[in-house]
This record gives sequence, structure tokens and C-alpha cells, in this order.
Amino acid sequence: MTVISSNPDRETLTMTIVCEFDAGLERIWKLWEDPRQLEKWWGPPTWPATFERHDFEVGGESSYYMTGPEGERAGGWWRMTAIEEPSRLEFEDGFSDENGQPSAEMPTMRMTATFDEADGKTRMTVITRFAALDHLEQVLEMGMEEGMKSALSQIDALL
Amino acid sequence: MVVDEIDDSEADLLFHALSDRTRRDIMGKVGDREQSISSLARQYTVSFAAIQKHVAVLERASLVTKRVKGREKLVCGNVETLRRASLLLARYERIWSHRDDAITRILNEDDERTES
Repeated sequence: MTVISSNPDRETLTMTIVCEFDAGLERIWKLWEDPRQLEKWWGPPTWPATFERHDFEVGGESSYYMTGPEGERAGGWWRMTAIEEPSRLEFEDGFSDENGQPSAEMPTMRMTATFDEADGKTRMTVITRFAALDHLEQVLEMGMEEGMKSALSQIDALL
Repeated sequence: MVVDEIDDSEADLLFHALSDRTRRDIMGKVGDREQSISSLARQYTVSFAAIQKHVAVLERASLVTKRVKGREKLVCGNVETLRRASLLLARYERIWSHRDDAITRILNEDDERTES
């Protein structure tokens, strides 16, 4: 476990996550830049992500879908708003409809990720700004399903 | 799915209410003690009417409760609503802890490749 702090601010509705990894800045940057690496970690374990598009440049768009345990799909999109390799990136993160188009009814989240390297380790700080709770609930729905699954598998292990 | 019984319209009210700096500041002031609208208004440069409006927005989102005492209207923070917002954020935090685990696994695979 390398999450070193997380700070939910219930009044500003932001969540700040700070993690530290045993790798250099350039390596961590690749995890965001390369869609094949990104899809290995973006979706929850039982909802792996597939990035069909990942234009990693300012104004560029990404589209992805996550596949659930029953084969159901949940689509999402990013729009990059700032890229300062290898120390900072900003993007909007939203939902897509069943045709893979950005959903207009769904509010978006604004994400900022910053990276600092010290002594060969990289500290990654991710700030998520929530605009509306229904978006958060959608994200949670998938995360919670995963939570239920891992809880069940832990019980299995005990039996 | 219902997360702690917050429905979408309630959620919209909540998030709209907290999106304003003055209203967040008011929440900070009435969180632990009751204050009258007039005493709140004295602490800001904006008009009494403006503060009254802010309080009404907070009240609609169930972030504060209001009661009348004599000629004064007293405002008090509703800790329960804020607690539910916290709970939702805590669940989101768990998603990031999964992502973090996945990244750590990817980095470990790098190491295995270099060693072999």
C-alpha cells in the first residue's frame, strides 16, 4: 500500500490523494501517457478499462469503456486541458452514452495530477473536483460492486 | 442504487449549495454553534438580504436548520448532511487505493522483467 495520504474535503467537494511509487518521474508519466498501460490500472479490478482513443495533447480527447463482470459496459471520456511533461497534467473526466458519445446530462469531474521525484521515488498527487453527486454515485456504483466481490472472496479464503 | 438515501435532486441542491465560497464560509461559522442571521450578516461585507439568501440555499440543501427565537432567526449547521457527503468521498477514495495497487503491480512487473 503506497497511498500516503488522502484528504476528502466535504465542504469544497474535492478529494486529494497522495501516493508514492518506487520509480522515477518518467516511468510514472508513461502510466498516464501510454493507453496500454493506462488501461491496466484505471478501471477497478473487476471493471477493466479499454482505451479506444487517447490523444495525449492539450485539447486532445480520450474515450474508453470499462467492462463489468457480467459483460456490461460503462463508457467514459477525458479531455486534456494541460500537459506539462513530466510533472503535471489536467483533464476533464466524464461519462459517455451507449454510442460512445460524451453524455451531456452527466456532469464532469476535473482532475489534476502532479508528480514530484525525490530520492528515486515519485510522489503523485491527484486532486478530483466534483461538480455533482450523481456523477460520484456512478463511479461509486462500480467501485462498490468491486468492494463486495473482494469482501466475498476474503470470506471464501477463510472457509 | 441509493447511497445513504441521497437522491439526485437532493444531491444537486447539496452540491450547488457548497459550490459558493460565502456559503462554505457560513457553514464553517454555524457548524458548531447557532448564530442569528443578523450576527452572520455583520461578519460579511455583503447585505443582510444577500446573507439571508445564502442561508435559504443552505437550508434547502438541508445543510443548516433555522429556528425562530423571539425576533431573531437562528441558524445551525446540520452535521448529518455533511457527514453523508464525507461518506461518499471516502468511498471514492477506495477506488484510488485500487488504482494505486494496480500501479504498484505494474511497476513490480517492470522490475521482474529487468531482473530476468
